[in-house]
Amino acid sequence: MNKIPLVIQREYLSRVKNKRFILTTILTPLLIVGFIAGATFLSIQGKGSHKIAVVDGNGFFKDNLKGSKDIAFEFPQGVDTTNYVAKGYSDILLIPKFNGNEKTHYILRSKKSIGMTTQDKIEEKINAAIEDKSLQDQGISRARLDSIHKGSQFAELKAEQQDGDSVKESNQGLAYGIGFASGMLIYITMFIYGAMVMRGVMEEKTNRIAEVIVSSVKPFQLMMGKIVGIGAVGLTQFFMWILLIFALTTAAQAFVPHDVMEQVKTLQQHGGAMPGGGMMQASESAQKIYDVKHTFATANWPLIIGCFIFYFIGGYLFYAALFAAVGSMVNEDPQDAQSLMLPITMPIIFSFIIMTNAVQDPNTPIAVWASIIPFSSPMVMMARIAYGVPDTVTYVQLITSMLSLVAGFLFTTWLSGKIYRTGILMYGKKATWKTMLKWAFAKS
Amino acid sequence: MSNMLELHNLKKYFATQKAVDDVSFNIAKGSIFGLLGPNGAGKTTLIRMITGIFYPDAGDIIFDGQKFSPSNDTVKIGYMPEERGLYKKMKIGEQALYLAQLKGLSRSDAMAKIKFWFKRLEMESWWNKKVEDLSKGMQQKLQFVITVLHEPKLIILDEPFSGLDPVNANLIKDEIYGLAQRGSTIIFSTHRMEQVEEICDHIVLVNLGKKILDGTVHDVRQQFKENKFSIKLREVPANISNPSFVVDEIKANALTVRINTGFSSNDVLRYFLDQHITIEAFNEILPSLNEIFISLVEGTKAKTRAFQPVENQ
Repeated sequence: MNKIPLVIQREYLSRVKNKRFILTTILTPLLIVGFIAGATFLSIQGKGSHKIAVVDGNGFFKDNLKGSKDIAFEFPQGVDTTNYVAKGYSDILLIPKFNGNEKTHYILRSKKSIGMTTQDKIEEKINAAIEDKSLQDQGISRARLDSIHKGSQFAELKAEQQDGDSVKESNQGLAYGIGFASGMLIYITMFIYGAMVMRGVMEEKTNRIAEVIVSSVKPFQLMMGKIVGIGAVGLTQFFMWILLIFALTTAAQAFVPHDVMEQVKTLQQHGGAMPGGGMMQASESAQKIYDVKHTFATANWPLIIGCFIFYFIGGYLFYAALFAAVGSMVNEDPQDAQSLMLPITMPIIFSFIIMTNAVQDPNTPIAVWASIIPFSSPMVMMARIAYGVPDTVTYVQLITSMLSLVAGFLFTTWLSGKIYRTGILMYGKKATWKTMLKWAFAKS
Repeated sequence: MSNMLELHNLKKYFATQKAVDDVSFNIAKGSIFGLLGPNGAGKTTLIRMITGIFYPDAGDIIFDGQKFSPSNDTVKIGYMPEERGLYKKMKIGEQALYLAQLKGLSRSDAMAKIKFWFKRLEMESWWNKKVEDLSKGMQQKLQFVITVLHEPKLIILDEPFSGLDPVNANLIKDEIYGLAQRGSTIIFSTHRMEQVEEICDHIVLVNLGKKILDGTVHDVRQQFKENKFSIKLREVPANISNPSFVVDEIKANALTVRINTGFSSNDVLRYFLDQHITIEAFNEILPSLNEIFISLVEGTKAKTRAFQPVENQ
């Protein structure tokens, strides 16, 4: 009689009915949303505006140095490094006299640290001012300069991808986001659920329940039941998260005023432009919502979600079996687990690093190979798939990767089954990877 | 009476030791069988082969008249290992239900049997408790119930009374007798020889992976008897001397004597009768299993066993 379903049922229910599971399932999306909202809020708040007093030894910056929304340049008299704070300035910029074409060092002094972005912006402004000054020195009038600047604001790069005769929008930013997010998710879940499998096995071993159960269920059935049961817990958690996120975004849409939503609908119907030749202007928020929706619509969601589920399950099965083997090796001492886990965690972390590179450049040879080898394919392939199938990832690559992942987890399951069978009943002996491999390849 | 279990030349070698080295014995149906041996003698390995956890390297196991097949026969076995094992965080009722279903019972069957046993051993109030809330003795009781729940034909109990108070130990003992009467065969593994003497019909002693003793408790004690007798006399004469026996010990008016070979107990009695001494009691002293066990195991290399490599393998 096949008892795996019974084991799966217990592994699944005992975890899903746990209060902690319910709490983490509900709280995690809320935490993530809260974290994003908090980070956004802080980054807006954190950009304090700068009122900068400029002490200019040359005298031409007064007309050319232009401020922006949160940076204001002023040229007051009698302000120096000792009193700028008292006079109400946040920073002071000291510009020395030029001599020739040497690179000049400007000094920006402030009480608070300035921050990289602000510093870059100020540097950019100063360079623009110097450029303007040089152009004016060549005889271009202020008025012409202004009109040149205005004209140069119009360019906006719209990347398109050619696919045979048809041209479609290419969206690198979205691909990056999807690739990174799904790779990251697989990385995290591999650790969370892999460790869960390992702890479950360790529990059974140290509680000595393994011996009771193994007299009625084959060790392999017990291991598979645990792996599948916990995998189902993982999937349940995912679907709950997707549902929650969907519910949250729907709820968020309810806060958008009705007329804005109407405008978004009109925009969707007319491909991004308002009908009536600019007579009717879409409001700024409607345009933004449309842009977000439009951008998201460019991704091939069914493919991405389908592949995500496949690689999540495949990657999980691949590593969970190894985690189970490690769990079966551990004696009472959890410290053992740490050192035995290292050969499993290393390839996971390594794949993560490859993934972060692949998501920027999906066609490097290392990214391609890593997306096919089952050790790293769940993460790296997800990073590449976001860039499009079959444009970036060819069908051959995708199918090879999938097949090798299936072969990979069949192999690790078989291998771990042999280690597990011996390890789960072995007490007192300190386990090493050497003994583990000996068990794996021992005759049955 | 047919045999429930027959072991024929079982062998199981591990890298560093011959855990079970050519062991054969039979266990009759409905008997209570004592499997004895010092620590590390190979009892657990033997049991694990009988329960289908290990495959023997060589030899046959005949279970209920047929070759033992782990996939079919393990549901007919109930095994309570020495190291108790239960899920600490799982509710007791659910746990019993799960383990019973793993033994092949349907959910409703399992439920009915659990209810029956919980009521019988007064454990009904435990249903929603967790194992970690139970005392050691209570866990023991639960483990026993889980072991016998599916009415196995063969029940293997490894130290079933450790951690139990006398009342609960007696309760379990009565259940063991009851199970044997209802036709279950019981293998009882323990170091407590007085329990073996009390409960078991038949014993086997293993040491260093080999069987060194096999027989009924009565036969074994007869086999190892040293012809010792205790005699209680009304008055003890000052000088006792007779070729038929040697006096080992005199305590008040009780004597312990050992009869020399070629003589019988009647020679001893005749000696005292001839002297007109009143004999109040005359008993044979059989060695206890404990003494037999110690005399057989002591002096062997039982303690250093784990470090002996196996040459051929």
